[in-house]
Amino acid sequence: MSTDGAQFMRVATRRGAAIALEFDGLPLAATEGDSILAVLLTHGLILRRHEFGTEPRAGFCLMGACQDCWVWSGHGGRLRACTTPVADGMILASQPPAGRHE
Amino acid sequence: MSSIVIVGAGPAGIAAAELLCSHGHRPIMIDEGERAGGQGYRRPSPDLDLDMHRLMGSEASRYEALHRCFAALAEHIDYRPRTLVWAIEGSTLHLLHEGRAETIEADILLLATGAMDRVAPLPGWTLPGVFTLGGAQVALKDQGCLIGRRVAFLGSSPLLLLAAKQYRQMGGTVAVIADTTGLAAKATALPGLLASPRTLLRGLGGMAGALRAGTPLLHGVTPLAIEGDGHVQSLLLRDAAGRERRFPCDAVALGYGLKPETQLADLAGARFAYDEAFRLFLPETDAFGRARPGLYLAGDGASIGGADAAEASGALAAHAILADLGAPPAAAAVRTLTRRVARLRGFQRSLARAFAWPVAQIRALPDDTVLCRCESVTIGAVRTAMAQALGPVEVNRVKAMTRCGMGRCQGRVCGPALQEIVAGASGQDGTGAGRLRGQAPVKPIALSAAGESTP
Repeated sequence: MSTDGAQFMRVATRRGAAIALEFDGLPLAATEGDSILAVLLTHGLILRRHEFGTEPRAGFCLMGACQDCWVWSGHGGRLRACTTPVADGMILASQPPAGRHE
Repeated sequence: MSSIVIVGAGPAGIAAAELLCSHGHRPIMIDEGERAGGQGYRRPSPDLDLDMHRLMGSEASRYEALHRCFAALAEHIDYRPRTLVWAIEGSTLHLLHEGRAETIEADILLLATGAMDRVAPLPGWTLPGVFTLGGAQVALKDQGCLIGRRVAFLGSSPLLLLAAKQYRQMGGTVAVIADTTGLAAKATALPGLLASPRTLLRGLGGMAGALRAGTPLLHGVTPLAIEGDGHVQSLLLRDAAGRERRFPCDAVALGYGLKPETQLADLAGARFAYDEAFRLFLPETDAFGRARPGLYLAGDGASIGGADAAEASGALAAHAILADLGAPPAAAAVRTLTRRVARLRGFQRSLARAFAWPVAQIRALPDDTVLCRCESVTIGAVRTAMAQALGPVEVNRVKAMTRCGMGRCQGRVCGPALQEIVAGASGQDGTGAGRLRGQAPVKPIALSAAGESTP
């Protein structure tokens, strides 16, 4: 069924400073206080590709237990998207930087 | 004065801290979360325009009382949010806070680590758009988002109804509420459920609401698959009459009751015993929460009992700590709390029977179903490993051989299903399959941080 290209549906607005970030080279707008996961899934359908194969993943437990929602920061570190708030200027990627695994 | 450390800031941890403070102690409270409240009573950030009073329904006054209590406590405790306890060695706790590792000593350790959803796998459950039932509620309470526009709620739990109701209230469409336990099985558990009429009424209220809203509400289903090309597009199941039914949806919330978060209790030296009602290994404590000298367990992390039991068991553990430190006994208060915890946990035991973990369905899952999401291990791979000559018949050996349960989540997600698959393939009951042992780090941490304080 149709998803309008986004997994999550925002039903409560957030007041706060506007934040600009980038995911896989695309600019995204967010609000201070949003989790990385909420921003990525209100704009799209996936967070990452599974490291064994290429199947898409979009998180699972949403409470920091399953670690299914890791994305990569521009500095090469991994971030747990469900519990990490966005920050202005963040550069994120669905894949680890070349040469890094896990 | 002894250093008292509480891990967890839900109803159990907060109730314990309150009592300890009132006796002149200043406990350290470690919270992996951003704000106190735990999962069930999670508090959204103040700038999110969310009517928590309406969302919490009949639990609103308790939710608000807990947060009032914490606000009054905050300056009397050493509260450390966004801090992970990733290992415990003797009385030393290894912490990680904003990427930095440190250790603290706990003369007295109270673990109130809470619970997460127990999940049964099914074909297609790794598709984007499949989340835990608790996760569906966290997305709403923490971020003001629904996990999809048209959501299917699948599992075996009274919380399916509650979450579906919250989603309807917030403008979501509920594709179906599908419970794997049949109505007759639920009815036989009714006498035990009368021990907590308030919770029972909440459940019945949710059922009536679903029927009024025209939501399909099915009991006794067999889940067949979550289908979709790159994301969830439908849920396929067989209903109690044997008909295959397909429900278009863009998200699925899965919940088969809760499982305690016990890794830290394991590292801290608690002993475990198999619980037939929950079909899980649970840490052993006395009636007050003592697991061994200096180690106390409270809340859902010790035994599933819900928020009210968590609060009472937190206070009870604090009474035990005070008594063990030589304070005069508070016999009347302890008696009341002990009864309350026993009654509420007894109720959850009945619920676990009424909303059963679908053992037969899990054991009958097809070979190509992914069991371990982290390492992409299929049920077939586990069965094949076990079928070899001298193949393993115990979960830790199966884990070593197949990598099932060895990935990022440390078996938190696949553990209960792995236990049933291993038990089923070796013709044993749940106990015989053994218990996945907890290992440090209990959650993945950067190697650079671990290097600073390697246990």
